[in-house]
Amino acid sequence: MRAPPQRSRLPDGRLHLHDGPIDLIIEAFGEPSDIENAYAAAWGRFATILDELCGELPLLRARATPTSLPLAGAVARRMTDAVAPLCVERFITPMAAVAGAVAEEVLSAMKAAAPLRRAYVNNGGDIALHLLPEESFVIGMIDRPDRPSLIGSAKVTGHDSIRGIATSGWRGRSFSFGIADAVTVLARSATAADAAATLIANAVDLPGHPAISRVPAISRDPQSDLGERRVTLDVGQLTPQDIAEALTAGLEEAERLRRLDAFEAAALQLRGQALFCGLGGARNIDATVKGVRAAAREGMPTFGWRVGDRHSAALEMHGLESLR
Amino acid sequence: MAEPDDKIRCDACPVLCYIRRGMTGACDRYANYDGELVRVDPHVLLERTVKDGGEVVPFMSQAREWSGDIVNAPTPVVTAIGAGTTYPDYKPAPFIVSSKIDGVDMVTVVTEGIYSYCGVKIKIDTDRHLGAECATVRAKGEPVGHVTTGEYGSQMLSLGGVNHLTHGGKKEGRVTCETLLDLCNRKAVELNVDGGASVIVEAGKPPVVNGQIEERMRVGCGSAAIGMFAKQWYGKVDEVVVVDDHITGVLSEHQAGKLLGAADTGIKMKGRRSTPGRYFHVAEPGAGWGGADISDPLDIVAGFDPKVAWPGLTMLMVSTTGEQHAFYRLDQTLTPVEAPLPENLRVSVDRIRENCEPALCSVLFMGGAGGSLRAGVTENPVRLTRSVRQALTTVTAGGAPVFVWPGGGITFMVDVTLLPDNAFGYVPTPAIVAPIEFTMRLDDYAALGGHVDHVRPVGEILAQRARTAATFGTALARSET
Repeated sequence: MRAPPQRSRLPDGRLHLHDGPIDLIIEAFGEPSDIENAYAAAWGRFATILDELCGELPLLRARATPTSLPLAGAVARRMTDAVAPLCVERFITPMAAVAGAVAEEVLSAMKAAAPLRRAYVNNGGDIALHLLPEESFVIGMIDRPDRPSLIGSAKVTGHDSIRGIATSGWRGRSFSFGIADAVTVLARSATAADAAATLIANAVDLPGHPAISRVPAISRDPQSDLGERRVTLDVGQLTPQDIAEALTAGLEEAERLRRLDAFEAAALQLRGQALFCGLGGARNIDATVKGVRAAAREGMPTFGWRVGDRHSAALEMHGLESLR
Repeated sequence: MAEPDDKIRCDACPVLCYIRRGMTGACDRYANYDGELVRVDPHVLLERTVKDGGEVVPFMSQAREWSGDIVNAPTPVVTAIGAGTTYPDYKPAPFIVSSKIDGVDMVTVVTEGIYSYCGVKIKIDTDRHLGAECATVRAKGEPVGHVTTGEYGSQMLSLGGVNHLTHGGKKEGRVTCETLLDLCNRKAVELNVDGGASVIVEAGKPPVVNGQIEERMRVGCGSAAIGMFAKQWYGKVDEVVVVDDHITGVLSEHQAGKLLGAADTGIKMKGRRSTPGRYFHVAEPGAGWGGADISDPLDIVAGFDPKVAWPGLTMLMVSTTGEQHAFYRLDQTLTPVEAPLPENLRVSVDRIRENCEPALCSVLFMGGAGGSLRAGVTENPVRLTRSVRQALTTVTAGGAPVFVWPGGGITFMVDVTLLPDNAFGYVPTPAIVAPIEFTMRLDDYAALGGHVDHVRPVGEILAQRARTAATFGTALARSET
């Protein structure tokens, strides 16, 4: 029987919306009446989102192509728009961006309903942000929830272009082709961040490595949009060289996507090592990859290597490099 | 409605997932358990407010099973109860990213649960013999654990663990899981020990051994009882024997009696004398007096030395809980003949009873966040490992304090009575789902990163030295092999 969508207020006032597989944690900042109006708008928009998505589920689960048909739902369009520029060279379905797109859609309803200083909609770690220029948010990053260490943080201000954050990894709720513990992406929208994080996490990989077990996606979920493609089930022992190899593979994909303007910044994390893309640093991608590999050969940590020619003064990621 | 290949269709939401046997749908809330759609866990969130001493807030309005119990957590705490399950062994639960950290507005995280090993350790306050050490403990006829050590006034049982959950038959695993779940959720469970007793165990309640409620826990061993009550007996009775399957005490020979000047009585005890006035193994273990297999206490007295004893000698025999007692006077042949208990001795017998604490069953859940966690830690640089360890300032289970075992992994024990009602769940794998939370201080984090160039903004955040929880829902569940 269809359970209706649910809404509740957390004890500290935040709004929690739930429907089927979707859980949103929402907080708005502004005048009290504006906040309430925004929450009411979030609930109003949220109430039908899952049904809208499910109405077009077969198309959303199908591989995106440059000639994919336009879809009816607003969330579905956000999803297809986000994956369209990415689908030429990679396998991707609109579902790769579903979490971010739902967050963004609900946030946009809130923004339209009331003037807010800032607000966020957190859909299980994929987050849509609203910020006036002088406002900011600090986002904590966690690589593995089983070893819950706040391993880094990113500060996003209203002057940045960043309005979306997403984290992807094989340990997450969605299947991944890769082995990243976590790829956190900051982008201009939550939908874009979600899609980019998915692709980068897929690319943090060691094809054919014996320590990685993979199974066809449909063996776990008969309706998976990934079909027979093999997804990561478990990752065993990795050497420092393995880690460097997998991370640099992901970094190359990240840099490729960044040049397509798919996102602003990314942190790639695997077994306590992390690389950054789009956070400044003079090195070009080839030099960075070379440096990381050389460091791994020498037994040095590969923490904190960066690539990217663009650096927003206001955007900073902290903590990850400090453990070196 | 099971499909030929074991898939079922979930109609809880419009996603209409086909769910394979042993798997969950996209929401991780509904699962296919042997062809049936089951709700895997309630989703609840516990919040303690500083002012009014606690307030329970269901995470969802339909948290039906929530009874309103509160735990004693020091600060507002988001618990992992119902944060989700990892069913059966792979994809994460619908962990809600609702933890709030001062200075950090939100957390982005890959959600996951931990798969692990679990069981319960039970302490049953009783003197009665429940079964031999290592004897198999059964529930519904299936082996679910074993009798382990005898401890002060109590018998320990160890139930569950990976072997019963996985290595036995399918039924054994399922019954073990049910037994653990019921014990953890403070339900009464009947256990039968091979070659021993039947005992009904319910956390926080007196044990029922072979149909009899165990009301009191022994005041001490027989020898200890002599030490405690010697003064009250001296001068009122010639001999006192405190009957105990472990250490029977004899007043006239005991150091406590000697110090008071108690005369020898010539009593000859069965069993093995350890030190003066202390006897081991006076009988076999059982459900009678003092945990021995006797209903007539004279069975442990071999006789009286005619050179020392005298007709008219008086003797009190009493069990370690005071529940059984008998008074004797030696006749002309130095044979003990039972007589009414004099009033001035009744007081001391009553006092033994009064000093016995109520007998209870205690159930500690023991779970290990071992495998994946340990593998992750050992493969990481030592400094990172240490930093992660240091960051784990508090581990709690459903907001309740836990004991974390030293050594690898995070293996902890928690008193199930400290958790909210129905805090434990199960997945049909079978495995138990238990809440665990990790809470860290942001200033610990500052200590890690304090030496880097970019520390300034982090330092600003941490200037408040605010302490809040980053809480992660993790499900302790065994992975299916």
